[in-house]
Amino acid sequence: MTPGGVRTSHGVCVPAREVQVVNRQGIHARPATQFVQTANRFRCRVTVHKGNVKVNGKSIMDMMLLEAGQGTRLRIEADGEDAGPCLDALDQLMRDKFHED
Amino acid sequence: MHLMDFIRTDAILADLKADSARAAIDEMVEALVKAKAVSAAERRKVVDAILKRERKGTTGFGNGVAIPHAKHESVKGVVATLARSAAGVEFAALDGQPVHLLFLLVSNPEKPEEHLKAMEHIFRSIKNDNLRRFMSQATTRQELVDLLREADEELG
Repeated sequence: MTPGGVRTSHGVCVPAREVQVVNRQGIHARPATQFVQTANRFRCRVTVHKGNVKVNGKSIMDMMLLEAGQGTRLRIEADGEDAGPCLDALDQLMRDKFHED
Repeated sequence: MHLMDFIRTDAILADLKADSARAAIDEMVEALVKAKAVSAAERRKVVDAILKRERKGTTGFGNGVAIPHAKHESVKGVVATLARSAAGVEFAALDGQPVHLLFLLVSNPEKPEEHLKAMEHIFRSIKNDNLRRFMSQATTRQELVDLLREADEELG
């Protein structure tokens, strides 16, 4: 397993990153929209995990199901050629608190 | 938390008259005022806050559903209402489709967790294709209330 990556059931290593929600209001609708818009700039598949809950990181409907408040830890997995830059962009967006705090 | 904990039954509109986002928001906040969920004195400010939020990005998330909302200190926790439009409201939705089902929420800015929880409940209910379709086709307040109760039972 490469650093930060996870092995899927078929043995393929998928780049992943552990992140934390730092903005005070959590991932409410607007941050969710920004997250999805950022993810959609890339071709890779994006999956976001919160504990046992797993959602499509390219769907606002899905992202809102995470109920990710401030302090929540998430794992973002990106599967595809541009996974690296995609994870970087999503990580940065979250660190920048979705430009709202 | 259940949908029926924060959606005010007596503010539900089964036959929304408005055909624009602005008019729909006005009509729904007015319903919350009549139901005494939002104070009449704060009506204008609440409408403005929701319109301001809408300008930052549409809450017409697709599939004929919009969830206009804002934070406002005049409410305790979360209050919401639901409206159904037969003709459809032009909401600049992400998928370009008119909106037939609207959830309007006002939450206290100091309670972000309650806001997220309420939104999660709404999104979970509209993700259910049958529930969303039935709600979009309901013609009376009672039908909508029954569907919300059903959603609460199904979603747990």
